[in-house]
Amino acid sequence: MKRLTTLYSNPGAKLIDAFLPASAAGIIELLSPVAPGWGGTLLVGLLHSLEIAIGATCLGLMIGTAGAFGKLYGGPVTRDLLAVYTTVVRAVPELVLILLLYYAGTDLINQVLAAMGYSRVDISGLAAGIFVLGFVQGAYSTEVIRGAILAIPQGQIEAARAYGMSPGLMLRRITLPAMLPFAIPGLANLWLIATKDTALLAVVGFFELTLATRQAAGVTKAYLLFYVAAGVLYLAVTLFSNLIIGRVESWSRRGMPSVKEAR
Amino acid sequence: MSAEATAINMAARASIWLKPHRIVLILIALALVLCAALFMRWDWLPQYWEMGLMGIWRALWILAVTCALGFALAVPLGLAQAGGPIWFSAPAKVFCTIIRGTPLLLQLWLLYYGLGSIFPQYPWIRESWLWPYLRQAWPYAVVALTFSFAGYEGEVMRGAFAGVPRGQLEAARAFGMSRWKIFRRIWLPQAFYRALPTLTGETVLQLKSTPLVATISVIDIFAVSSKVRQDTYLTYEPLLLLALIYMTITGILVFAFSRIEARIPVKIG
Repeated sequence: MKRLTTLYSNPGAKLIDAFLPASAAGIIELLSPVAPGWGGTLLVGLLHSLEIAIGATCLGLMIGTAGAFGKLYGGPVTRDLLAVYTTVVRAVPELVLILLLYYAGTDLINQVLAAMGYSRVDISGLAAGIFVLGFVQGAYSTEVIRGAILAIPQGQIEAARAYGMSPGLMLRRITLPAMLPFAIPGLANLWLIATKDTALLAVVGFFELTLATRQAAGVTKAYLLFYVAAGVLYLAVTLFSNLIIGRVESWSRRGMPSVKEAR
Repeated sequence: MSAEATAINMAARASIWLKPHRIVLILIALALVLCAALFMRWDWLPQYWEMGLMGIWRALWILAVTCALGFALAVPLGLAQAGGPIWFSAPAKVFCTIIRGTPLLLQLWLLYYGLGSIFPQYPWIRESWLWPYLRQAWPYAVVALTFSFAGYEGEVMRGAFAGVPRGQLEAARAFGMSRWKIFRRIWLPQAFYRALPTLTGETVLQLKSTPLVATISVIDIFAVSSKVRQDTYLTYEPLLLLALIYMTITGILVFAFSRIEARIPVKIG
């Protein structure tokens, strides 16, 4: 009780008490996953961040594959429109795009629903976040995949055509597997960007790791502790991803000469 | 002869835009812009005009300062990782990994809310000459963006320093140059030329990171647009104008860098 009174009499002491409770026990208590601690909140936030990052990357890959094929094999109008898409998305800050697409997307869906005679719906933050980040990721992965397809030795594609493969079969058996080793580094980079871009959704109020951290820090006043903890979580995701990416990359390059030997 | 060449060049450049489908697309785009100008509300513009210019100026200022400082920090970071002893290279690598592995927004909030809440507890900080600055938001924004730029560019500079052929450095040593002179005359310029193309991309990425400073109450152009949205209850107009402004700045940046790149001799190494 005495500690409480000192807490509120002096705001400076309040902060120092909250962040440096002078004991590891206090920190563990604040970060514990059960009710009085905020560790569980952070983990739920991390889960939401990962859900969005995975969803956005998948959506981005689909848009990117389609976009790359459109840019390479599409007609002049398709090509120009895709050029506008990739240029505009890559020139405007993600934060602005997120706000714009978030409002425009929900507005559009509601107007379509209203026109069809349904009532308005609330778009879930998860779906909106995946859509918005996926749209942004799509522009970047279009460029990555386009470059990877161009890096495939032309003879392989000509050979597939000579065998009479249909475009779909050629895509599935030749183009996609052959472009993978060239695309993996760029796509891995995009995945890492996606995990970090989820933090931007905190600005539109979606509950992910950064917003969870902000809430926990705001309530407990242990700002530094929670921001550092969230940083460690993000870093862990990045380092773990790097580990997996290394494996995937060496798998996708199987049968090819290693980069070191080629130099 | 040269006038004729430029005329042909310009004609070729114009013919890129004068294909039939492009003319149609440009007309459609113009019609969309015209519709936006006519049917959307722009009556708030005169009122917020000056504030907007101020915001653009502040965003550009932050961009220039953080890129310059960040690059100055990236050179030692890259050098340490490329050729330094382990007690230099390991901390540099850890720094780059941490900066590149966590979101910028989190770093910004960590500095502003985290460190910002720690500083007032120490009387000697409050009495020092730094305190008037530490109470404002922009130093935290500058530090966070500088570190971010240094972290990403440090990794690029590592590759650039490592990519300079050894023979060049050995030749310089054979000429009897001192280590500092080798660095200044041979190693740094060649590494810089190698890093220049990625520098364009990094600068554009940095420009796109500047709106984050609005979340810690620095009034840049993004914060101005948020204020317009709050004041007028308009959703799209301020955001669309904001996107246009960023696109223009990006375009100018890319153009300027392409001019600088064109001055650099292509054949290096």
